Amino acid sequence: MLIPLEHILIFSTLLFAIGVYGVLVRRNVVGILISIELILNSVNVNLIAFSRSNALDPVMGQVFAIFVITLAAVGATVGLAIVLALYRIKRTVYTDEINLLKW
Amino acid sequence: MVTLAYLIPLFPLLAFAFLIFFGKRFGDKSAWVAIGASLLSLILSTPFVMGAVQGQIFVHHFEWLRIGSALFLFGFSIDALSAMMLFVVTVVGTLIIIYSVGYMHGDPRFSRFFAYLSLFMASMLSLVLANSLLMLYISWELVGLCSYLLIGFWFEKPSAAAASKKAFITTRVGDIALFLGMLLLFFTTGTLELRNLNHEFLAPFASQSKVLTLAGLLIFGGAVGKSAQFPLHVWLPDAMEGPTPVSALIHAATMVAAGVYLVARSFGLITFFPDALLPIATIGTITAFMAAFIALTQTDIKRVLAYSTISQLGFMIAALGLKGYGAGTFHLMTHAFFKALLFLGAGSVIHGTGTQDIREMGGLWKKMPHTTFTFLIASLAIAGVPPLSGFWSKDEILVSAYESGMPIFYYLLSITATMTAFYMFRLVFLTFFGKPRKEFHVHESPAIMTIPLWLLAIGSALVGLPGSPWMNHFFQTFIEGSHGAEHAINLFVMGISVGLGAFGIVLAWLLYLVFPAVPEKLGAIFKPLYLASNRKLWFDELYQATVIRGWYALSSALAKFDLGVIDGLVNATGIGNLRLSDIQNWIDIHIVDGAVNGVGALTRGFSSALRKIQTGFVQNYLIISFIGALMLLFFELRK
Amino acid sequence: MLNHLLSWIVFVPLAGAIVILFFPKSMTQWIKWKATALCGFNLLLGCILLAKFNPNVTDIQFLEKASWIPQIGVNYTLGVDGISLPMVFLTLLLSCLACIGSFGIKEREKEYYFLYLLLSTGMLGTFVALDLFLFYIFWEVVLVPMYFLIGIWGGPRKEYAAIKFFLYTLAGSLFMLLGILALYFYSSPHTFDMTELGKIAYSRTFQQFVFLAFFLGFAIKVPIWPFHTWLPDAHVEAPTPISVLLAGVLLKMGTYGFFRISYPILPDGARWFQPWMGVLAVTGIIYGGFVSLAQQDFKKMIAYSSVSHMGFVLLGLAAFTQDGLNGALLQMFNHGTITGGLFLLVGVLYDRAHSRDLNGFGGLGVKMTVYSGILIFFSLASLGLPGLSGFVSEFLCLLGTFQVYRWFAVLACIGIILAATYLLYMIQRVLLGPLNPKWSSLPDINRREIFTLVPLMIFILAVGVYPKFILEYMAPALTALLAKLNGIPF
Repeated sequence: MLIPLEHILIFSTLLFAIGVYGVLVRRNVVGILISIELILNSVNVNLIAFSRSNALDPVMGQVFAIFVITLAAVGATVGLAIVLALYRIKRTVYTDEINLLKW
Repeated sequence: MVTLAYLIPLFPLLAFAFLIFFGKRFGDKSAWVAIGASLLSLILSTPFVMGAVQGQIFVHHFEWLRIGSALFLFGFSIDALSAMMLFVVTVVGTLIIIYSVGYMHGDPRFSRFFAYLSLFMASMLSLVLANSLLMLYISWELVGLCSYLLIGFWFEKPSAAAASKKAFITTRVGDIALFLGMLLLFFTTGTLELRNLNHEFLAPFASQSKVLTLAGLLIFGGAVGKSAQFPLHVWLPDAMEGPTPVSALIHAATMVAAGVYLVARSFGLITFFPDALLPIATIGTITAFMAAFIALTQTDIKRVLAYSTISQLGFMIAALGLKGYGAGTFHLMTHAFFKALLFLGAGSVIHGTGTQDIREMGGLWKKMPHTTFTFLIASLAIAGVPPLSGFWSKDEILVSAYESGMPIFYYLLSITATMTAFYMFRLVFLTFFGKPRKEFHVHESPAIMTIPLWLLAIGSALVGLPGSPWMNHFFQTFIEGSHGAEHAINLFVMGISVGLGAFGIVLAWLLYLVFPAVPEKLGAIFKPLYLASNRKLWFDELYQATVIRGWYALSSALAKFDLGVIDGLVNATGIGNLRLSDIQNWIDIHIVDGAVNGVGALTRGFSSALRKIQTGFVQNYLIISFIGALMLLFFELRK
Repeated sequence: MLNHLLSWIVFVPLAGAIVILFFPKSMTQWIKWKATALCGFNLLLGCILLAKFNPNVTDIQFLEKASWIPQIGVNYTLGVDGISLPMVFLTLLLSCLACIGSFGIKEREKEYYFLYLLLSTGMLGTFVALDLFLFYIFWEVVLVPMYFLIGIWGGPRKEYAAIKFFLYTLAGSLFMLLGILALYFYSSPHTFDMTELGKIAYSRTFQQFVFLAFFLGFAIKVPIWPFHTWLPDAHVEAPTPISVLLAGVLLKMGTYGFFRISYPILPDGARWFQPWMGVLAVTGIIYGGFVSLAQQDFKKMIAYSSVSHMGFVLLGLAAFTQDGLNGALLQMFNHGTITGGLFLLVGVLYDRAHSRDLNGFGGLGVKMTVYSGILIFFSLASLGLPGLSGFVSEFLCLLGTFQVYRWFAVLACIGIILAATYLLYMIQRVLLGPLNPKWSSLPDINRREIFTLVPLMIFILAVGVYPKFILEYMAPALTALLAKLNGIPF
């Protein structure tokens, strides 16, 4: 039995919304990073769903997904490294206490 | 073989180079390098002198410089005149250098003294050998340099330092005249070769007599400086600050005679344009008379001799000006011997007593027999006592003056000859005879000093003979070549000259030995005359007050002008620009910059409103971009 | 390398300067030796240049030409002929010796040697550039390092002197720029090439105006009376090696300009201005001599004597004769070696005594025998003693002038007497007389200092004794120049 495309899209939209919500409201930087992972995963789900349903070459979507996973891992690594460095300097990981970007 | 002549000045030059670099290490031995070099020059020059006596002329030259059409050849040409000078310079020079070994013994700059002497020998020899006026001029300046270095040899004495500078600058005034005369000659005749200065070569230029007369006079101007003629004679008495051998070699025998040599060299030019003769004779006679007059009352042994030198040089110049070519050059040669001897004798006295003031000396003859006897010979020679050398040459000059048709020259020169005899024997009597006026530990000089004295004494006695009637006026025929004048003996002039000389000697004997109190009284009676002579006719004071003071005053005035006016203008321009820029600055700040600042202020106002958006919180930015993305999506979907 | 010998010579110092920037300040020894080695290497290249140069050819040799800014017709053109070759060699020699003379500099060495090498490039470039645009650039490149070298390492009034020097010469070079632009816009097609510009027949009035513009630029640099007052200040305040280069090379850039630009390109203008050149020359000779006599400061005295001696260059230039031009060019070379040496000697004394007051010395001849020997040697060369180089060039200048302006030559002779006066007066005050006890412990000149002076002495003596060897390089090019000046097609 095949899960219809719509279901999967609804699922990924929810996942994306949760991710965006997390990014916007979490104060903890680690939380924000996790939420970014959620967003990326929702994209992955979308990519695979579409590649199965109506792509000329089903492998293409999967390849893209693997790329995204790799990039996400790299991004997370760099992000965590920044978080660590930030913590060393500022002694905090809460975004409302960090406004280094202010001119 | 002829080119060997280049070695004559080269040996002393090498000795100079060697001594100046390594002399210090050799100490006392360094003198022998100088002696060896000048001996070599003497030996090398012998065949050339001999050849010249037989009428040969040695010439060699090479191209020194060629600029466009102007060509300058350097080299040598040895004829009778230069052979005579060569003989004098090498013989007298060598003897004086040997003498210096004793005189300079123990001096801290012993080796440097001999280096300078060698350099002098080299320059003087190349002056004598020079084939062109330019090369002569170059050597001329170099002997001037040696004179400068040697007068100031004891430069710790401020008077020596000042005297050396005075000598160099005063002679340089004359040198400039020579230089200009040289240029004038070059651009009129196109040659500087000394051999060309004869009547045949100059004949085509007869139309330019004015220019070439001037050239001749300017060249004579060089001699005025170098041979210490009036009015540039003031440097020579001061030059006595140098060591005495230097005075003997440079300021009596050779360098100061170079001026006479130069006039003799350009004799062809001067006689071809004879307007120049009268000024030359006049200056020579004035110098001879004036210097003898000053010498009468000087009390420094070397200064008496210095003025005597000036006077004798005046004799030579006067002789040349009166067309007495043979007489002038003959006197140049004899004078070199007896004046060198006189100076060396004076040096020996100074060496023995330690003073130069003849008022403190007296009765030295017992303790310094060699010095006294040789000095006496030289004094007799210069006073014109026959048959010593000075008699023959001075007599020749007086004959030239007598035959010139202008009796004033003859009278003045005869009076000068009397004065010469008088002041020389005043010197002799005060120094060597009478009672000692002060106690000295006098000692006779060592053999190395007295042997040259004796050799020079022999020379002073005999060197006049070739020019005497006994040897058929051999010297005159030799030096004047084929077109010499007849040499009849003028017994009248000869007799008068002997009589005047004897009169001068006797007068000195009476005044300084028999009645020693008289000179003081005479001095009191003729006070203005005495003062004029004693103060050297106030030449130094006059020059100090006019030329030198004017020179320095002009210098400092121009320096002030430079600092005040010219530099002032530059600074005023700078400050003016600063003021102008102040005004522009005001305009700039309040108007131009005002506009710019206005634009800036406006921008700032806007931005301060906008910057409130920038909170620095990452999530604020994210929300804004998220909303933006949503709005884009929304607008996109509405289409 | 031999194909681009001139480029190498010009840019080796620049490359060295850039390399020095990458080394830490603390490696002063290394920087010092590197700069010296570089200057020595460059001098070696100069010797190769000299050996390869064919003195019988009047044309430009070692020509290098490349298009640089084709839109406005600017080319990178380098070349030497008999006029610039002695100047290039003089620059190389003095740069090398002054670099050794710089070892006394003890502060901010890295910056010093950087600027020094930059200055070197500027000077060399000026003498070999054959494109007016390039010439102007090098001309201005010289100013900047000079400004800093005087302004940072100078004496008590260094700021004043540096600014005066900079602004004064800059003002002059602006006039020169005007002249360059006038020539550029007159030519068609527009070009900056000196050789091309020399072939154009300009109208008489145009030549006069442009000649004046160039004259102002060069006159300030030479310096010709009455534009000379920056010189004493700059000399007194500049450190010794910089004084050497200032007197030895920078002053020559001005007179070189006459040889290279004003005379060949604007012969009518030059002829029109000829009498005035003579008047200014004679004024400068006598005036400089008198003012020099009044100075109390050793360096100032020599600075004013430069005004007097450079007057002889101008006098030779004003003569328009073979002798005069040769004399002028030779005098430029000789003044470089003689006055350069004199400044080095002042530096030697100043390093020991920290004073330049002529009246404060006395009797140094007793203590510093070698030093006084060398000082007397250079003074004699400067006062024109025959047998040393100064005489030959002054003689030629006077020889040249005498044919044209008899009275100018006679008046200039006063300058020769003056030279004797001020130099001997200086010797008397410094070396002669009783030793001033204040200086009784001064050490004599050391080996390094002697080493910087000996090459100069060799040149002074060699040129003085046998000037033919150096005149052979100059004469053909000057013959061609003279032919052009006299309007004979060559």
